Amino acid sequence: MLKNSKRSYGWVAIIMHWLTAMMVFALFGLGYWMLTLGYYDAWYRLGPWWHKSFGMTLLLLTIVRLIWKLTQPRPTAIGKTFEQVGAKLGHALIYALLFITMISGYLISTADGRGISVFDWFEVPALITSIPQQEDIAGQVHWYAALSLVIIAIGHGLAGLRHHFIHKDETLKRMLRPLKD
Amino acid sequence: MKKLLLATIMSATFLAAAPVQAEDYVIDTDGAHAFVQFKVSHLGYSWLLGRFNDFEGTFSYDEANPSAAKVNVTIDVASLDSNHAERDKHLRSADFFNVGKYPQAKFESTSYTANGDGTGVLKGNFTLHGTTKPISIDVTEIGAGQDPWGGFRRGFEGAVTITPADFGMDYDLGPASETVEIYLSIEGIRK
Repeated sequence: MLKNSKRSYGWVAIIMHWLTAMMVFALFGLGYWMLTLGYYDAWYRLGPWWHKSFGMTLLLLTIVRLIWKLTQPRPTAIGKTFEQVGAKLGHALIYALLFITMISGYLISTADGRGISVFDWFEVPALITSIPQQEDIAGQVHWYAALSLVIIAIGHGLAGLRHHFIHKDETLKRMLRPLKD
Repeated sequence: MKKLLLATIMSATFLAAAPVQAEDYVIDTDGAHAFVQFKVSHLGYSWLLGRFNDFEGTFSYDEANPSAAKVNVTIDVASLDSNHAERDKHLRSADFFNVGKYPQAKFESTSYTANGDGTGVLKGNFTLHGTTKPISIDVTEIGAGQDPWGGFRRGFEGAVTITPADFGMDYDLGPASETVEIYLSIEGIRK
């Protein structure tokens, strides 16, 4: 039940998937909102602190998730060939955008050599600091990658609903709870 | 040979003693003997210091006629550096300098009034954030003379307090932070 089967995802993959979904949308909303705050708002400093802490957490989760995905059986793709190819490309794009968004975000905050505090618990050190105009370029990349990610994630969700309500297949169900073989 | 030596010494003496005529100087940004810094209150409790790393400029100065002095400086605003990448990114954004739209700040002098005690007032037009306003910089003449490598240098320092809101930069940093002091330390190499 924890591991994937040919028919369904297991609990580990399912939980990591929905944690990612929640964090992506929460981080996007928080990131967008915190930029509108004034200097005297209580969340002016708290917003970025949560955003960076959860962002680094999601980066770690995504690495674990990708390793898990690559070492687990892959549930058989459902749908016509073009749907299967489209889904595969979409999933690859989501993973790519997840990494681009999180790495660019990391490069903004670490551009001057400061590490990123994760819940004041530990610090992710700065590794790359010498790209010219690093925080500005990384900032642009971060925004466009995050925006693309959210749009594609919405499309991904709509595709899941289409499978469930129109094609009435198991695509969405097997990402909600493990189905028995 | 003696004559030649004498002539050389005399001309060298004469040159050294000659009054300095209207001279054009290039601000020594290559050797980084010039600084454009800003200082703004943080909440009223302390000072935040920053600087612009990239700028260039020239000035002319005639000791016999200081009021003819002229200064031109162009600042690459995106080169601002407050020693914190996240803050610098915010300062470059549309909340503050909006460097994408207004990449340059400029100062062009219109007059210089020497007070006769080594200080003076340099007036000119300062363009920042796409807005041009007259400003008056309080100047102190630091010194001038030969440098050890065959050149001639002259330096000044200056300070002026500006109100960013006057230039359309009205992000609210609190009542203590409505003005910014700009401090300039400028060394020119004579052309």
